[in-house]
Amino acid sequence: MTLDAQLPALQIVVPMLTAPLVVLMRVRGLPWLTATAASLMAFAIAVALMLETLGGNTLSYAMGGWAPPYGIELRIDVFNALLLMVVTGASSVALLAGRASLDRDIPEVKQPLFYSAWLLAVAGLTGIAASGDAFNIFVFMEIASLASYILVAAGPDKRALTAVFKYLVMGTIGATFYLIGVGLIYMMTGTLNLADMAERLSDVSDYKPILTAAGFITVGLALKAAVFPLHAWLPNAYTFAPNIVTVFIAACSTKVSIYVLLRFDFVVFQSALANHEIRFASFLMPLALLGMLAGSAVAMFERDLKRLLAWSSVAQLGYIMLGASLVSMTGLTAAVVHIFNHALIKGALFLAVACLGMRLSGLRLDRLGGAGQAMPLTMAAFLLAALSLIGVPGTTGFISKWYLISAALEQGALGGLLVAAILVSSLMAVAYVWRIVEAAWFQAPVADGPPLREAPAWMLAVTCAVALANLGFGLAPGLPLMLAREAAAALIGASSP
Amino acid sequence: MEFLGLYNYWVFAVLLMIGLYAVIAKPNLVKKMIGLTIFQAAVFLLYITLDKVEGGTAPIILKGAPADQLYSNPLPQVLILTAIVVGVAVTALGLAIVVRIREEFGSIEEHEIQAQDQEP
Repeated sequence: MTLDAQLPALQIVVPMLTAPLVVLMRVRGLPWLTATAASLMAFAIAVALMLETLGGNTLSYAMGGWAPPYGIELRIDVFNALLLMVVTGASSVALLAGRASLDRDIPEVKQPLFYSAWLLAVAGLTGIAASGDAFNIFVFMEIASLASYILVAAGPDKRALTAVFKYLVMGTIGATFYLIGVGLIYMMTGTLNLADMAERLSDVSDYKPILTAAGFITVGLALKAAVFPLHAWLPNAYTFAPNIVTVFIAACSTKVSIYVLLRFDFVVFQSALANHEIRFASFLMPLALLGMLAGSAVAMFERDLKRLLAWSSVAQLGYIMLGASLVSMTGLTAAVVHIFNHALIKGALFLAVACLGMRLSGLRLDRLGGAGQAMPLTMAAFLLAALSLIGVPGTTGFISKWYLISAALEQGALGGLLVAAILVSSLMAVAYVWRIVEAAWFQAPVADGPPLREAPAWMLAVTCAVALANLGFGLAPGLPLMLAREAAAALIGASSP
Repeated sequence: MEFLGLYNYWVFAVLLMIGLYAVIAKPNLVKKMIGLTIFQAAVFLLYITLDKVEGGTAPIILKGAPADQLYSNPLPQVLILTAIVVGVAVTALGLAIVVRIREEFGSIEEHEIQAQDQEP
C-alpha cells in the first residue's frame, strides 16, 4: 500500500490531528505557523486528489478496512474533489494573509484554541465533502458547525455573541432535520451508504417515508446553506465574525451544504422518486429567484460594508440554486462552476475588507472616505473582485452568468423571465458596488479617523493574488469549467437510470 | 390498533413540536436551549424506536442463548450514541455562549438584548 491510496483519509486526518497539537503550542506565532502548514498540506492533498479523479475516476476508500456498504466509505469524484479544493484553498489563503489581522482580533492567550477550532472546521468541511456515508456526513457537519460557531464568536464586537447564538440554534435545527431524514431512509432501506441507498430505494414498496425524508433533508440542508428565506443567520454571522474568519466561512461553508443537497437530491432521490426533479425545481426555483432579488435589493440599502457583502452572498447563493433547479446539464455546470467562482470572488472581496479593517476605524460605508486614495492597491483588488461579482466579461463572474443565462434560455418561455431576473439582480449589484466605490473614492476622509496608509505588504500581496485569480480564471476558465462539466455529467448521469 | 401501534412515533412528533415551539416562542435564551435539547431528544427516540424488532431482545450474544433468538438492530443505537455526544457538545457550547452574552449584555432576555443590539 502506497501513500497515494491513503490520500482520501489523510485529507481529513491531517487537519483533524493537527488541531489538538496546536492547543499545546504556547510559543508566539507557532499556532499560526502550524495551522497554516497543515492547511497548505490539506490543499496539496486536495489538488492531488483532483488530478486523480480527472476523466471520471471515482476513488473509494474503505475507512478502517471495513468494506462498504457496511463500513464507512470515503468516495471522491470530480465534484467532491472540486469542493475539497475550494475548502482547503479558502482556508490556506485566509490563514496565509490573515496573521496580522487575526493578531489584532484574537488575544494571544486564546490563539492556540482559536487555530485549533479553525483546523477542526477545515477537518469537518473536508469530511462532509469526502464522505459517502449519510450519518458520517451528519457528524462532520456538526464538527464543522461547532468549530465555525467558535470562530464567529471570536469576533471583537459583542454583537458577535448574539449572532452566533442565532447561528447555533438555526444550524442545529437544520442538522437535526437532516438527521430525521437520514433515519427515515435508513428505516426503509437499511443502509447509510449513499450509493447503496440509491440502489436499494428502487426496491422500496412504500414511498411515503422517502418523500418525507426528502422534505426533511432538503429543508434541513437549505437551512444550513442559507437558501432564501432560511438565511436569517447569515448576515449577522458574517458581519460580526473576525474579518479573516469571514473570508474562510463566506468562501466555503454554505457551498458544502449545497453540495450535500445536490448529492442527495440528484444521486439518491432522483432515481427513486417519480417526478422528483419537477418537485425539486418547483420548490427551489422560486426561492432562488426571491433570494437573488431580495438579497441584492437589501444590499443596495445596507450601510455596513461587511453586511452589504453578506447580503450579496445571499443573492449569489440564489444563482447557484437557480442553476441547480434548472435540472439540466448546462444549469448544473453553471451551479458547480459558480460554487468555485463565488469562492474566488467573495474570498477576494472579504480579504480586501480585512485589509481595510487593518487601517480604518470602522467598516461602515460613511467611514470609508479616502480609502481609494490612501490604499490604492487594496481598493484596486476590491474593485476587480467586485467587477467579477457583477459579471463583467473577462472575469470569473461572467463565466458563471454566461452559463446560467444559456441554461435559462434552454427553458423556452420561462427562460426569458429567469434571464430578466438575473439581469435585474446584476444591475442591483452594479448599484451596490457603485455605492462602495463612491464612498471610498469620492467621500472626504472622516475627521477623527486614524491616518490612512496601505495595508501590510504580505496581506496585500495575497489579496491581490486572489483578485488576479478572478481575472485569470475569467480569461482561461478551462480547469474549473472542465471540472464543473464532469461533475454535472456525473450528477445528471446518476439521476437518469 | 394502528394508532396505538405507532405510539412511539406520535410521541416523537409531539416532542419535536414542543421543542421547536420553545425555540421559536420563548424569549429566554436558556429556555431556548432547553427547547433545542428536547428537539434533539425527540430524534433520539425516533432512532431508538426504529431499531426495535418484534420479539427481539437486547443485541448482546450471551452463552447458551437459543440459536433462533431474535435481537434488536444495534446499528441505530450506536448511531444515536454518537448523536447524543453531538447533542451534548451543542448544548455545552450554546450554554457557554449564553454565559458570555450574560457577561456582555447583562441579560438573557431576548428583547432586552435586542434593545442594546441596535447600531450605535
